[in-house]
Amino acid sequence: MNLVLFHLMPYAELDLDAARKHGTVWVHLPNRHFDPHKGHQLYNRYLDELEYGEELGFDAVSVNEHHQTAYGLMPSPIVTASTLARRTKRVKICILGSALPLREHPLTVAEEHAMIDVISGGRLISGFVRGIGAEYHTFGVNPTISHERFHEAHDLIVRAWTEPGPFSFEGKHYNVRYVNLWPRPYQKPHPPIWIPSQGSKETIDWASHPDRRYPYLQTFSPVKVVERYLKQYRATAKGHGYEAPDGQLGWAVPVYVADTDERARAEAKPHFEAFRNVFVKMPLEMLLPPGYTSRESLKNVMKAKAQMFGDVTIDQAIELGLFVCGSAGTVRKAFEGHWQNMRFGNLLVMCQFGTLPADLTRRNMELFAREVMPHLKQLQ
Amino acid sequence: MSFRQSFVEIDGCRTSLRRGGSGAPLLFLHGASGAPAILPFMEKLAQRFEVLVPEHPGYGFSDEPEWLDNIHDLAYFYLDFLKQLDLENVTLVGSSLGGWIALEMAVRDTSRLRALVLVSPAGIRAPGLQPADTFLMSPEELARQLFHDPKFAQARLAEPVTPESVDTSLKNRHATARLAWEPRLHDPHLQKWLHRIDVPVQLIWGDQDRILPLGFLDIFRKLMPSAKAAVVKDAGHLPHVEKSEEFCDLVTRFVQGVA
Repeated sequence: MNLVLFHLMPYAELDLDAARKHGTVWVHLPNRHFDPHKGHQLYNRYLDELEYGEELGFDAVSVNEHHQTAYGLMPSPIVTASTLARRTKRVKICILGSALPLREHPLTVAEEHAMIDVISGGRLISGFVRGIGAEYHTFGVNPTISHERFHEAHDLIVRAWTEPGPFSFEGKHYNVRYVNLWPRPYQKPHPPIWIPSQGSKETIDWASHPDRRYPYLQTFSPVKVVERYLKQYRATAKGHGYEAPDGQLGWAVPVYVADTDERARAEAKPHFEAFRNVFVKMPLEMLLPPGYTSRESLKNVMKAKAQMFGDVTIDQAIELGLFVCGSAGTVRKAFEGHWQNMRFGNLLVMCQFGTLPADLTRRNMELFAREVMPHLKQLQ
Repeated sequence: MSFRQSFVEIDGCRTSLRRGGSGAPLLFLHGASGAPAILPFMEKLAQRFEVLVPEHPGYGFSDEPEWLDNIHDLAYFYLDFLKQLDLENVTLVGSSLGGWIALEMAVRDTSRLRALVLVSPAGIRAPGLQPADTFLMSPEELARQLFHDPKFAQARLAEPVTPESVDTSLKNRHATARLAWEPRLHDPHLQKWLHRIDVPVQLIWGDQDRILPLGFLDIFRKLMPSAKAAVVKDAGHLPHVEKSEEFCDLVTRFVQGVA
């Protein structure tokens, strides 16, 4: 199994009371709540944590993209991935992912990812996402053309990476007379492309298609939901006429390890609950603008509204498998059990979440890396 | 006055159309919430006009055609609609997004139009003013913001929620996002061509409009100096719903005046 250390880089210094009162940390939480001096400390701390991931033996470290929110301070994952490309030597660097439809021009994504791939000597794993619903409110990009733009941007990027230039590209949303990428990516035919998703049939159909066979990562979902979508991916691949290898499946989940189960729960509780009940939270209309999902999916979410939008305690989250938390033995057993069931070849662990401070984050990473990871790496 | 529901096929789009009354034709173009029902102001207008209430492509019981990308597509669609139904001397009444469609039609071709009634129309940008962000509103919040008199909001929220009504409201919301998400509820190029509108225009605005505030009316008056303008007291974004008597009187008097 591949072990990836994943970071959201939240604004952990957030005034939680103010955020709770405001209702969401997305779109319109006033940015006076961001203190650049505290931000300076946090960015450098978080980048240190990711660099430490290499020393601890993770196969990859991962950054991601979110805009105008305290949930994550990486509006450009290119910036964080670039620093990692220089400060690490061995570890793979994942961008999970770049939000293609939010970009004015997909060629900039092709160029920047190619640069990082060349600088790092072929250590980039690219991820493509559409961005979350809230970001269509902040950016003004029309959510009803989000899928169209995503697919067209993807096609342009992959062609720019692989076809000899110059060539011309004609699409509905993007037209380029001369596609002629300098630099071309280091990896052949191009950096791997992973597709993180909260789960949708459309995404699974598209990612698993034999032309692409992109690894699919189910992010931050109850374990039953992870299982359902990973099984759906395998079934869809089978429908396409091939058996999806474990490496095409992944799960991204927050994790906390301490000496005992009790201590782990006690230490993680305020920070995990801040993550789940403050940082993640937003109203339905913000999460799912029209056209971002199919209307059928939207209706399903509306039915599950109370469950999805209510608060969750740490105990409920552990019970649901939204969060894996406990002693090293407990966490190992949990992942081994889930792996037996789902055979995911990639596990992305988020060792910092919400307001979890530096000392606890480091100890969590160390305990996970030393006492859990070696066992999981052997699973295949 | 009874309205007949039918479907007409125009530009490959099966389009829901309700028709009622008799007299000169009056085409009503609905706003973002669609036209799911015949309302009192339509009944009243039908005493003097033949009232046509279509549901726009993408809305209600009408198809969602492949070609529907932007407001211009709807403008050309409705010009084809007038031609196919061979309507002439039409009083074109548009509310909000429907007012925007009416403007986009009229800058292109007024040959089948007699007059234009624009009820708190979208379509232009007003420096320093933003339309309310209805896409971030829950259905409850939207109902509260649409009306000045809370009775109307309560009545709307008291309507039974059925699987069909949920489907329709999601469909309408999707179509509105497609047409008006960005630039939000306007076409930056429209105002350059408003001088081409060579039929009489009546603007009507609720003084308590919280969706497109009254400041938009001031901009329209500057851009269309020969248009008449009327402000309806104690009405929100839908004065034809909240003050239907006053609204219908305004329309009737205006159309008589231009006859």
